[in-house]
Amino acid sequence: MNNSIGNEMYTLHINGQDRPVKDAWVGESLLYVLRERLELPGAKGACEQGECGSCTVIMDGDAVCSCLVMAATAVGADIVTVEGLIENDPSMAVTAQTITSQITDVQQAFIEEGGVQCGFCTPGLIVAVHHLLEKNPEPTELQVKESISGNICRCTGYGRIFAAVEAVVQVRKASR
Amino acid sequence: MTVAVPLSLAEAFDELSRTPDARLIQGGTDLMVEINFNHVKPANVIALRRIKELRTWHVNSNNTITIGSGVPYQEMETGQLKELLPALAEAARTVGSPQIRAAGTLGGNLGTCSPAGDGLPVLFALDAIVHLQSLESSRDLSIHDFMLGVKRNARTANEIITGVTVPVLDGWQGYAKVGVRNAMVISVASACLAVDKKSNSVRIALGAVGPTIIRCRDAESWLVQQFDLSIATSIDPAIALEFGRRVALESKPIDDHRSTADYRRHAVGVLAKRLITRAYPS
Ligand SMILES: Cc1cc2nc3c(=O)[nH]c(=O)nc-3n(C[C@H](O)[C@H](O)[C@H](O)COP(=O)(O)OP(=O)(O)OC[C@H]3O[C@@H](n4cnc5c(N)ncnc54)[C@H](O)[C@@H]3O)c2cc1C
Ligand code: FES
Ligand code: FES
Repeated sequence: MNNSIGNEMYTLHINGQDRPVKDAWVGESLLYVLRERLELPGAKGACEQGECGSCTVIMDGDAVCSCLVMAATAVGADIVTVEGLIENDPSMAVTAQTITSQITDVQQAFIEEGGVQCGFCTPGLIVAVHHLLEKNPEPTELQVKESISGNICRCTGYGRIFAAVEAVVQVRKASR
Repeated sequence: MTVAVPLSLAEAFDELSRTPDARLIQGGTDLMVEINFNHVKPANVIALRRIKELRTWHVNSNNTITIGSGVPYQEMETGQLKELLPALAEAARTVGSPQIRAAGTLGGNLGTCSPAGDGLPVLFALDAIVHLQSLESSRDLSIHDFMLGVKRNARTANEIITGVTVPVLDGWQGYAKVGVRNAMVISVASACLAVDKKSNSVRIALGAVGPTIIRCRDAESWLVQQFDLSIATSIDPAIALEFGRRVALESKPIDDHRSTADYRRHAVGVLAKRLITRAYPS
């Protein structure tokens, strides 16, 4: 059996949808493919070496740096980007154009608590925080710190981000 | 360039015989950095991430554990693997960030074979066996024969590292590392210490202070003459200090962009003293 993918086409499963990638060099990172080929610019690229976390996506249930995933090797994986954290119209491919204006409770809390300044780190942090709270709905302060230790923010000093996470934890707790 | 995503080892070997020059990729946390920065441009890539055989681990009947080369660090940090191999759990927890630990593996750490690789001092302290397999044959190599130098190992191009086997020891073990901060640092100096009460022995292996990981055989044999490791519960602080001094003497550090030789030599001495004091609180 030949599983090789040449330069023609492969299909990724992103935000619940099959997304064909055509005419792409197969060595491209998932970050590049998301942004430049699939109109999903939510994940940001800053370092392209796994250091900053601004490109964080969920792959098969793990938060990973999309800049360190070779996109063509991610066939068969379940990928969720920041655009896929909310309900989207399943009849259309999720892209920057079609995405609804609705936002998640974590995004709302980041806004309300002032966890966003320049905003470059924000999508990666939003994905990392969603991932944390899914696995661990009531994390300790240390667990929150450790879970976003791979997400660099140069603006906020993190205090507002921790406040946002705490706010989400409290609201979710009250509504359970 | 082609990318193959085999679903089994057998398929992977088929791919490897079809494209003998192929680069293997597991978590991608080393190789993708090289590719993103155009340092390497492989003609062919074989991704191992979907090979389930490589992503499992098991306890063997002779009280050893075999860990597949594709098991990510995050699985070593908690649960049964942490209980059985505490030093590996501590080392795994120091690697990069949660994102890196979800992807990075021992197979990749061995493939890259950097003296600063955090998995390697643990494997050296535990005298790990590295399992290598090719289409035609398989072989088991001692970690001491596997790592040959800075980013050099004994793997041949047609081989896949399938896993490592390490013993479950009876005694304290741990890992410590010095870097500029807690998260996301490559080691400036590191050490793994493991006590085996059964054989009344101690093993200490140093990372980032030589071209390969260094086992401090002299310091190890000196220490066992000072007290009985199998019954002691605490250590004389003077012995811990002298142990650190002797460990530092066996390191072979260099100056580079991350630190100086002097600092590294000093640091491994401190790490050794701390580790033995954690094992036997003074
Ligand atoms: C931001 C960041 C932080 C990091 N921090 C640390 C750290 O703190 N400590 C540390 O030790 N490392 C660190 N690393 C390096 C890296 O994460 C580790 O070396 C990791 O173990 C590599 O595993 P991988 O599966 O991702 O390797 P890959 O990148 O997939 O592969 C690495 C090499 O090994 C080869 N290889 C992979 N699997 C096999 C196999 N089964 N058989 C034969 N060859 C194989 C590949 O061909 C390649 O040459 C960091 C990396 C990044 C990007
Ligand atoms: S762009 Fe991926 S971690 Fe920085
Ligand atoms: S808000 Fe600017 S980097 Fe975080």
